[in-house]
Formats: sequence, structure tokens, C-alpha cells
Amino acid sequence: MARMKFLCDAERCIECNGCVTACKQEHDIPWGVNRRRVVTINDGVPGEKSVSVACMHCSDAPCMAVCPVDCFYKTQEGVVLHDKDLCIGSATAFYACPFGAPQFPQAGAFGVRGKMDKCTFCAGGPEKDNSAAEFTKYGRNRLAEGKLPACAEMCATKALLGGDGDTIADIYRQRVTVRGKGSEVWGWGTAYGRPDAPKPVPGAKS
Amino acid sequence: MMARITRIATLAFGAMAALMLAGCGERPQVIDYKQGTYQGKPDDLPYAAAPFNGDKDKWERDIRNRTQNQNEYKRIGS
Repeated sequence: MARMKFLCDAERCIECNGCVTACKQEHDIPWGVNRRRVVTINDGVPGEKSVSVACMHCSDAPCMAVCPVDCFYKTQEGVVLHDKDLCIGSATAFYACPFGAPQFPQAGAFGVRGKMDKCTFCAGGPEKDNSAAEFTKYGRNRLAEGKLPACAEMCATKALLGGDGDTIADIYRQRVTVRGKGSEVWGWGTAYGRPDAPKPVPGAKS
Repeated sequence: MMARITRIATLAFGAMAALMLAGCGERPQVIDYKQGTYQGKPDDLPYAAAPFNGDKDKWERDIRNRTQNQNEYKRIGS
């Protein structure tokens, strides 16, 4: 198996925030921590594009390089995880991450920063798989159950793909070649049909 | 007296020249970064426990099949 990756298809994402909700619900994420979020470019303008962003489980992860206590590790499947028992909440990972993935829960009064929390690709952490300790610290370990991340699996439009990098790249490639490119991807033509498109045959399956 | 002043001036000039030349020395200032090694607890493999019980092939097969559920061209048919 190659490396586990996420791929968000901006042509399909409808900014429903279902992935964000699924993640929060699946891992019982506390208030103020967002392992996943949806970013929209040109919000409100026709042609706006949304993309779901979380930890991208980088092949050469900058968070791993800068961590002062070396609490990051990468699994055989290419998932970047960290040990919360070791994390000191220094936020160096937050500065290094180009996606803003590391999150810091408020650990007390006056905004005291807690230990770092981030997307685990639903792979838990360095605790016994599917144990209570693992769930409390890192969330559910769906990968150990033979499942894929909750965000990708529940995405209504299948904009967010998660899994083996080569496999999801093949799915995306097929999708792009089928739908083509240009105005037919989004807009009037998609909603109402193109004027030069062949007329539908009455009674035929659409 | 004059010779002493000349010697001091020569020494001062020499020291100043050396000091100024030292500024021309260009050394690489980028540190040779060494990747740290993970200091935390070891993690279990995702297929180590039940229901896979160490069967890596079955786990990979299951994950691969499940990934294809995201492909509606295969799941539903085009």
C-alpha cells in the first residue's frame, strides 16, 4: 500500500461542512478545535470554489522537522501522527504547517494553550488500538477497523476523497476525463443544458 | 618617542585592517539540520488487532475495496 492521502475536488465541494461535522462527531472534538475546515475562495461570487482542508499528511512534513520534543512520527501508511504525552504545546508545528492543521485546545483559564490536536486520518495514536485512552486522546481509530476517514466516507458529493494515494488519484483522473473541462463543469449549461445539446427524446432515460 | 607612536599607529592600523578584512569572510550561516528521531511511545500497526489479527493483506484489500466506494462510476455504474 502506498501513502494515505486526502484529495479535495474543488469542482464538487459545495461548502456543506459535512466533513467538518463528521470529524467533530466521530472524534468527540472539543469546542474551539477544528481538525478539518472548509475554505472558500471568492465566497458569494459566481464561480466560487471551496476546498476542505485538514492535515495533508505531508510526505516531508515540516511539523516533524521543527518539533522541539520530536513527538511526531509517520506510520507505514504515511499518516503523520504525534504523541500527546510528549507534546508540550509549543505551537512550533502550527507555525511550520502551511495548512494550519495543528489545533490547540484551551487548557484552562486565560487562554492557556493545551497539547496539540490535529487530524489523525482516523488512525488514532500511540495507544492500544481502539482503547478508551486512544479515543480520549486522539479519537476513533477507523483505519484499524478497516475503514477510511469519516470526513471522506460521508462526503455527500464525494468531493473529498481519502485513502491510498494511487487509488484516489485514479478515481479523480477518471472523474476529470468523464466530466471534461470548461463551462460545462459549472454554470448555466450544467443547470439548464446547452443550447446546442441534442434534444432529449421523450420517455427516454435521462 | 616618535618611533613609539609610529609603532603603535602601525599596530593599530594592522589590527584595524585585520578586523575589517574579517568582515569580508563569508561563511555559510545555514545550520546543518539534523532530523530528530521520534521520542514517543511506539504505535500498533492498524491491522495488528482484531478484526484483522495481523493479516496485512486482508486489511489492504479491505481498505482498497472501501476506497472504491468513493468512486461512483464503479459503485453505481456510469
